[in-house]
Amino acid sequence: MALKMVKGSIDRMFDKNLQDLVRGIRNHKEDEAKYISQCIDEIKQELKQDNIAVKANAVCKLTYLQMLGYDISWAAFNIIEVMSASKFTFKRIGYLAASQCFHEGTDVIMLTTNQIRKDLSSPSQYDTGVALTGLSCFVTPDLARDLANDIMTLMSHTKPYIRKKAVLIMYKVFLKYPESLRPAFPRLKEKLEDPDPGVQSAAVNVICELARRNPKNYLSLAPLFFKLMTSSTNNWVLIKIIKLFGALTPLEPRLGKKLIEPLTNLIHSTSAMSLLYECVNTVIAVLISLSSGMPNHSASIQLCVQKLRILIEDSDQNLKYLGLLAMSKILRTHPKSVQAHKDLVLQCLDDKDESIRLRALDLLYGMVSKKNLVEIVKKLMSHVDKAEGTTYRDELLTKIIDICSQCNYQHITNFQWYISVLVELTRLEGTRHGHLIAAQMLDVAIRVKAIRKFAVSQMSALLDSAHLVASSTQRNGICEVLYAAAWICGEFSEHLQEPQQTLEAMLRPKVTTLPGHIQAVYVQNVVKLYASILQQKEQAAEPEAAQDVTQLMVERLPQFVQSADLEVQERASCVLQLVKHIQKLQAKDVPVAEEVSALFAGELNPVAPKAQKKVPVPEGLDLDAWINEPPSDSESEDEKPKAIFHDEEQRHAKQRQPEAEEEELARRREARKQEQANNPFYIKSSPSPQKRYQDMPGVEHIPVVQIDLSVPLKVPGMPVSDQYVKLQEEREHRQRPEKDRRRRKKKDKDKRGKPRRHSSLHTESDEDIAPAQRVDIVTEEMPENALPSDEDDKDPNDPYRALDVDLDRPLADSERLPVQKHRNAETTKSPEKEDVPFVEKKIKKPRKKEKKHREKEREKKEKRKEEKEGEDFDFWLSTAPLPAAAPAPAPGEPGANTVTAAPEGGGEEPRREERGDEDEDGDNERDPEKASKHKKKKPKKKEKEERPKDKKKPKKKQPPGEEAAEPVENGALADEPLPPMSSYCLLAENSYIKMTYDIQGSLQKDSQVTVSIVLDNQSSSFLKGMEFNVLDSLNTRLARPEGSSVHDGVPVPFQLPPGISNEAQFVFTIQSIVMAQKLKGTLSFIAKNDEGSTHEKLDFKLHFSCTSYLVTTPCYSDAFAKLLESGDLSMSSIKVDGISMSFQNLLAKICFHHHFSVVERVDSCASMYSRSIQGHHVCLLVKKGEKSVSVDGKCSDATLLSNLLAEMKATLAEC
Amino acid sequence: MIQAILVFNNHGKPRLVRFYQRFPEEIQQQIVRETFHLVLKRDDNICNFLEGGSLIGGSDYKLIYRHYATLYFVFCVDSSESELGILDLIQVFVETLDKCFENVCELDLIFHMDKVHYILQEVVMGGMVLETNMNEIVAQIEAQNRLEKSEGGLSAAPARAVSAVKNINLPEIPRNINIGKPLLPAPACGA
Repeated sequence: MALKMVKGSIDRMFDKNLQDLVRGIRNHKEDEAKYISQCIDEIKQELKQDNIAVKANAVCKLTYLQMLGYDISWAAFNIIEVMSASKFTFKRIGYLAASQCFHEGTDVIMLTTNQIRKDLSSPSQYDTGVALTGLSCFVTPDLARDLANDIMTLMSHTKPYIRKKAVLIMYKVFLKYPESLRPAFPRLKEKLEDPDPGVQSAAVNVICELARRNPKNYLSLAPLFFKLMTSSTNNWVLIKIIKLFGALTPLEPRLGKKLIEPLTNLIHSTSAMSLLYECVNTVIAVLISLSSGMPNHSASIQLCVQKLRILIEDSDQNLKYLGLLAMSKILRTHPKSVQAHKDLVLQCLDDKDESIRLRALDLLYGMVSKKNLVEIVKKLMSHVDKAEGTTYRDELLTKIIDICSQCNYQHITNFQWYISVLVELTRLEGTRHGHLIAAQMLDVAIRVKAIRKFAVSQMSALLDSAHLVASSTQRNGICEVLYAAAWICGEFSEHLQEPQQTLEAMLRPKVTTLPGHIQAVYVQNVVKLYASILQQKEQAAEPEAAQDVTQLMVERLPQFVQSADLEVQERASCVLQLVKHIQKLQAKDVPVAEEVSALFAGELNPVAPKAQKKVPVPEGLDLDAWINEPPSDSESEDEKPKAIFHDEEQRHAKQRQPEAEEEELARRREARKQEQANNPFYIKSSPSPQKRYQDMPGVEHIPVVQIDLSVPLKVPGMPVSDQYVKLQEEREHRQRPEKDRRRRKKKDKDKRGKPRRHSSLHTESDEDIAPAQRVDIVTEEMPENALPSDEDDKDPNDPYRALDVDLDRPLADSERLPVQKHRNAETTKSPEKEDVPFVEKKIKKPRKKEKKHREKEREKKEKRKEEKEGEDFDFWLSTAPLPAAAPAPAPGEPGANTVTAAPEGGGEEPRREERGDEDEDGDNERDPEKASKHKKKKPKKKEKEERPKDKKKPKKKQPPGEEAAEPVENGALADEPLPPMSSYCLLAENSYIKMTYDIQGSLQKDSQVTVSIVLDNQSSSFLKGMEFNVLDSLNTRLARPEGSSVHDGVPVPFQLPPGISNEAQFVFTIQSIVMAQKLKGTLSFIAKNDEGSTHEKLDFKLHFSCTSYLVTTPCYSDAFAKLLESGDLSMSSIKVDGISMSFQNLLAKICFHHHFSVVERVDSCASMYSRSIQGHHVCLLVKKGEKSVSVDGKCSDATLLSNLLAEMKATLAEC
Repeated sequence: MIQAILVFNNHGKPRLVRFYQRFPEEIQQQIVRETFHLVLKRDDNICNFLEGGSLIGGSDYKLIYRHYATLYFVFCVDSSESELGILDLIQVFVETLDKCFENVCELDLIFHMDKVHYILQEVVMGGMVLETNMNEIVAQIEAQNRLEKSEGGLSAAPARAVSAVKNINLPEIPRNINIGKPLLPAPACGA
């Protein structure tokens, strides 16, 4: 044995290592494949040896060969051998090879379960790490199920290195074994607040990845993420969170409102472009989710667009690219703001970078309007000519078509122009989008009736031109347009100027080189043409000419009959027989035209692609029921037993059916006839299409712009679309005087009426351009009562669907991760393998018992927690002011959306402090509940006292249930919910209207506050013409629209129907904020009811308290301590007796009503912080004694402080 | 999620191929080839993002790459990753390589593909970004290298072999990978 070992190591000196292999391959450039196959043979020999080092070396070389494209799955078993080596060096090689070549189909993978489990619980963190890394690449559903519990344990490992890997791999486990998501989620959530930034980042990563697929399940985490966002400095984490918020906001607009401010701050402050970009992106997502039109949001849009413009103008192409990408998102909802930057986008079209040009093209899509479409397309067409490389040219082509056809061609005013553009595009050689152009031609010709005449003339020109036919070799090539051309000319042949010429063009021998499906259409439409020519000739009484045409058909059709394409052959044979028959009839002078054209009578209508699917099942129709009874053989034995129970009923039903059916059928037939008669699109057996066209109202009378069609249209393929640009200009020119007149009128009106309307913005809008032709675009047909469903868009095979589970629901007993059963512990041979499972057993057995207990406890707690969380989330969200557009709920209502500060912050801030302690005591971290909410809210001292107790208990086993059972304030907290609070106070009230108000400052504007006033119509009258006015003081002034005097009121931008309330916002400018102020004011309005309307007014006094100048600002304890030490602050205190409220609620109340945030809380003592809009720091120390509360305050302004404390005293006295 | 990380040289020779989604070897090679042809066409002064199209995954995926001297580093990512973030990550990866190999050049990647993989494993795990702090990454790599050394390593004298390789005068000795200043402020380099 020893000899063998020695021999092995001597042998190894002659083995190639990886470097030798690489060098060898490089030296055998000519016969690389041969050399490698030699090497593989050597490797196979090496793998047969017992020496693990030799095997590892071989596997390492295989990994290299795998990169070169060699399949190494045959060595899977050897790889597993190397993975199970005891040395880290070998193990790492094994896992690397496995991660490169193992997958779900690798059958030996199931042998690895125990090995991986052993490695996961290895005392060496790098063994564990390497196993986790490897597993992350080849985890299968079986491995995920068997190892989920082990990995979950690792999430609480002492080493952050392991923790972060364990957290990340959980995502893969969830994907492969969705049942693990719910049991593991609480711990994953805890990791969001892990003291190690790497672990935290990993947890954010995983949750973001999960939430991206099923965002609604993660909404309740929003407050937590929000806190992370405002506190984290790690840009990676921030980017992920901000991206996540982008996915969450569409589900919860209130969240978006809350996000706008911190995101805007980040946009202003960050220097990292990546972060800035993601912020802009999420702000855009927020703005998309919010109903637009709020004044303060247009500022956000402007900010975004501005920042993006800076990106786009940057010389860094990456930023340019991303800027355009983000711009296209804004475009979807706020096209106006983007359209202002059209110059920039057009400029980017000329960029040398194709990616950027493509992005700019995307943007163009949304920038077109009726006004600039022609111009933009002209520009694109010139790019088409210049573009080298077919990919970009094809992209341009599709873009032109997309731009023009968007929203049912809404931007096209002149379809003749569009057809010309399409015809011009047919000159593109080598494009693969011929079918696109063809589809457009067909679509336009079918749906825009007025254009048919023009379209037909253009199409006949196309059929005449030779170059298209010549290009027939390429699939999907430009020859596809001939398909459309042939069909249009055939279907609308009555519009053809010279049908005979077209007919001849379609029967040319060269046509037979076209693809089969196009030839088939040719054959079919030749007959249509033929029919219409016959008709023409017969009407003109030229039987000779008619016979000539027939002769031509008979002569030329055989070339199609010989076609190799079955479809062409079949159609051609049919048609040929038909024509021969006609020829016979013609010889006998029988008029045939009428009958031949009857073959093609009727009009084809466009039908929506989903129409068939959307037909609702009529009531009473059971699609699963038999129409006729199934054949009797099944009835013999199987059905008899059933019949015992259903016999009578069945018979009864059978008897009645026939009668009902006949009646029903008759009724339905009648109804259908009725419906068909009323449906203009139904194909009726009415007179020939020609006649119908003439009868159609509006087709002949459409005012077609007078252009000299004959000149350009006879020349196929000439750039004719340009002339429409000129035409349009002329038309606009003609329209302008009229428009101006109209505008002037409007302006006069505006001056008299409301000065605040932005009517001037709209004067250049699309509506002013009258279309050149009145086109009635026939919309696609849908069944009459089609169901508006989008269900068909969901993919049932989506792997992320399984992860769509409710995460807030408490865990059930059955929901547990499978714990290892030691079924194959005996089968392992090596001694090292034996002791580890043994150790594990020891640990796990007692754990299992406990687990049940723990699970129950947890369940109870979760329930409570969940209830609370639901409320918490709503409460947390409700801190944003309501948009003026939405009616505000009555103030004081529980959970009303009119609250300003989050009192929740009260319990949460101290957490930061505790982290240091947790680090010291590694073992405690294993306890999953350690970092949970309850503990965090516990005061620091208490925790320290507890610690010795913990240590006496067996390690890692502190059941969390005990914690909950302890009568700490937590229990009280859960039982006694915060009373509903509203910051809106009554302003004034009369029989018509009730006004409540709230004042908010913003840190960005140091001399402005916003007063939100909820106006509640209490009467049965309709209130309108409301005007808000106050008597300004020297210090405080109402911001009035420009140009109005200090005595003018500000109109309220809405009216109030009876019983409706709405919120209006007014901005006040303030010079000094140290004193409270009262302003007298009046709301005047017109109350209108059945009896008539009266002018009414309501006087009020607006109270600007010092509190209203404070803005809730979070502050870290270290910064807070520094502030206090600085000595710049003056001090004052108050004391209030007779308070029965709990300290928690008291703090919440101060936070809420006085805009403070808790910095730190220890027992019944808390430090709080706030900041005024002018930057005064206000620090409070709140202490609760028995039935009394004392507040010591420090502030940079003494007057402000004393006023604030006086106000606070009043609030506290109510408690 | 990161779908794939490809490193190849100016001639399209793969130097590191790491897929986080299973593709058979032929397809992997094909993807490498196609990706190479895509990025080869692009000048160095145009943007570093490419819509991958049908290559991997589909329209949700992007190719984000950087070109250093003789090597292309290409990451294929989906929309959950920040584009600029990934660019920074590539920079972090390359700088880490530079630190671990002391002035990394293509030869290091050629002869030590396994080590490059181990470094990458500390940056990206299973398609998700594991660590972005270079010091942390380097510390973990070094700790593992020490562990390996204490076990005697794979071959008797790996260190010598390395230096021997480096001094061999190969016909096409590549320039050192040029690591200039990061083009963008790396958000999480931790420095």
